[in-house]
Amino acid sequence: MKVTTLKINGQLVSASPGATVLEAARENGVEIPTLCELEGISNVGACRLCLVEIAGSPRLQPACVTEAAEEMEVQTDTERLKRYRRMTLELLFAERNHVCPVCVANGHCELQNRARENGMDHVRFPYQHPDLPVDITHDRFGVDHNRCILCTRCVRVCDEVEGAHTWDLSGRGTQSIVITDLNQPWGEADTCTTCGKCVEACPTGAIFRKGSTVCEMEHRRDRIRFITDARKKQEWNP
Amino acid sequence: MEKSELEAIADKERRARKPVCVSCCTAAGCLSANGGEVLEGLRAAVPADGADERIEVRAVGCMKLCSRGPLVRTQGPAGGTEKPPDEILYERVAPADTGALIRAAVNNVRAEHPAIDLSQPFFTRQKPIVLENCGRIEPERIESYIEANGYRALHLALREKAPAEVVKEITRSGLRGRGGAGFPAGVKWALVAKSPSERKYVVCNADEGDPGAFMDRSILESDPHRVLEGMAIAAYAVGASQGYIYIRGEYPLAINRLQSAIRTARRLGLLGGRIFDSPFDFNVDLRIGAGAFVCGEETALMASIEGKRGSPSPRPPYPAEHGLWGHSTLINNVETLANVAPILLHGADWFASVGTEKSKGTKVFALAGKIANTGLIEVPMGISLREIVEDIGGGIPGGRVKAVQTGGPSGGCIPAEHLDTPVDYESLASLGSIMGSGGMIVMDESNNMVDVARFFMEFCMDESCGKCIPCRAGTVQMHGLLKKICDGEATADDLALLENLCDMVKHTSLCGLGQTSPNPVLSTLRFFRHEYENLLVAEAIGT
Repeated sequence: MKVTTLKINGQLVSASPGATVLEAARENGVEIPTLCELEGISNVGACRLCLVEIAGSPRLQPACVTEAAEEMEVQTDTERLKRYRRMTLELLFAERNHVCPVCVANGHCELQNRARENGMDHVRFPYQHPDLPVDITHDRFGVDHNRCILCTRCVRVCDEVEGAHTWDLSGRGTQSIVITDLNQPWGEADTCTTCGKCVEACPTGAIFRKGSTVCEMEHRRDRIRFITDARKKQEWNP
Repeated sequence: MEKSELEAIADKERRARKPVCVSCCTAAGCLSANGGEVLEGLRAAVPADGADERIEVRAVGCMKLCSRGPLVRTQGPAGGTEKPPDEILYERVAPADTGALIRAAVNNVRAEHPAIDLSQPFFTRQKPIVLENCGRIEPERIESYIEANGYRALHLALREKAPAEVVKEITRSGLRGRGGAGFPAGVKWALVAKSPSERKYVVCNADEGDPGAFMDRSILESDPHRVLEGMAIAAYAVGASQGYIYIRGEYPLAINRLQSAIRTARRLGLLGGRIFDSPFDFNVDLRIGAGAFVCGEETALMASIEGKRGSPSPRPPYPAEHGLWGHSTLINNVETLANVAPILLHGADWFASVGTEKSKGTKVFALAGKIANTGLIEVPMGISLREIVEDIGGGIPGGRVKAVQTGGPSGGCIPAEHLDTPVDYESLASLGSIMGSGGMIVMDESNNMVDVARFFMEFCMDESCGKCIPCRAGTVQMHGLLKKICDGEATADDLALLENLCDMVKHTSLCGLGQTSPNPVLSTLRFFRHEYENLLVAEAIGT
């Protein structure tokens, strides 16, 4: 099989043909932080955590959508990248009301994990404390916009895997908000099949199962991966 | 349609011209100052006593000196008895003045109404290529455009040149994209032309959104066929048969004129199937923006045309390889396309003789701010900012120029000591600003530069699409820090944090809007750092 050979952090590594830099890094045990990326759904390059330095490119490139190329030289962990990542996380924490001690996803939250892994131990920017709603009109699930980081994983998993396209975005900039159907309460959204993929896809505690309390909300990403692997690779055993 | 038919239309149009011509500006600027009633008044004032055989009233496009509108120009017959000046431009015409103007025109004399000196630098220093028909022809009549050599370049391209020759001509001319970044147009055309894509598209970006900018609007309102002709030539050169004009919904008049231009061009066979009896088919449709600044960014623009949410996507892939619905797509700005027809008609060498080594041709600017003459100007590249501001713009009445803002929210402020900088892509970039699409705002000593930066940051914050975190949340925090500085509550630490944040947003944002949003801060910090520092307090209030 033909492989692509490239250098990641000075190490010569090989990647499957067509693999992205992120996939190449993972295949070789190099961790690149991500938030909006989720295996099984399309990549949008929106969270900017996976930005890497590529020799010869004047701009930083998102590893999730950049195809690995022969002889590419990638740096994933420079001081500059670490500084930018910490600041990106600070901006996220200051943007909405992320109060870990009372969150259902405390301990199982990707935002929290990324902050810990990247050494973001304080926020230098003023918290914005927006006044945001919680929608618990759905029978089984709820959405708390205070905890949403607008990664759009719910939008993509609902559209691409479930095919329902219940979720979408409304508004723009920091006023953006994920909505169900045409901004109806989730419980009245006709297209929702109650499949729960958005719950499993959500990186934080924004979309949760009703009845879970603090620290109880674990995400079963493997359920999404099971379906996408089954479809793409015809592998039916989880 | 054949060339002889074009010439026949032009001849008929020329024969129908009457000796005395009264032109009224019907572009948005003058219309908003009651120009519509002035036009009606002029038409009603033409006496039906035989004089109407000698005089005609024309609804033309922008006559450039917008600050003095509504503008009415009278052109008398050559060699009158009293030897009247053959062209008079009356300023600030009210509907009540129209009778007197028409009477004066009929009698071949100058009316008792303030007129604008046409020999002043505002007019004489301009070099009209894109705007050559602007204010001269009637935008709502295709015959008027055909009389002004319209659609000859398209005929030339279709009947006498191979597509590759057209691309070569544009490449040789040195034309660069007028939307802001200045990418060589010929290179872009060649990329799309070479693409193996089965279907290709040509898109005209008319989503002009910079505060203070109205170049594209004026072009579309004054000479819509010029842009259609440019698109058709581009489509022929790259092998596309469908075009879209993405125009912002805030430009209803331009939309109307484009719609009527497309309809009449189609009726005459200048758009549609087998144009000029060649195998080339080309259709143009309008797509109207719903008010998002980010939709001027090409990937967001394409998403919007496809009916999706107008948010940008990472490039590569570029539109030339993966554009509308996955097909190769050529996206050019209005002004870029308006340069195409004259380049083909007069040749690449003629075009390349105007401008500087790396920036060829002219640039249209919307001159605004605290300046005597605000309006639309077209100047050769390489002209100095000082000539634009002091000669063409007439300087600041009773004040001094402090800075010139170019490039809108993605640009920067150039201080007065750099006014001798030539206007070309590289020189402006070396000062931390950009050529941009052509907004130019002149500021005097009363403008606080921190407040200017705060204004543009507020714009970027409101217009961020929200897709990537640095732009969505970063603009909010940058705006908050700027406000804190303006309010006199910030410390040196806040300023340092602002600088760090600017650096991060610039280098990590997904699209051009986010990447350039810190520019107004960075450029004012570079030249006016003391204004920031003067506003700082020693210690944070409340500690």
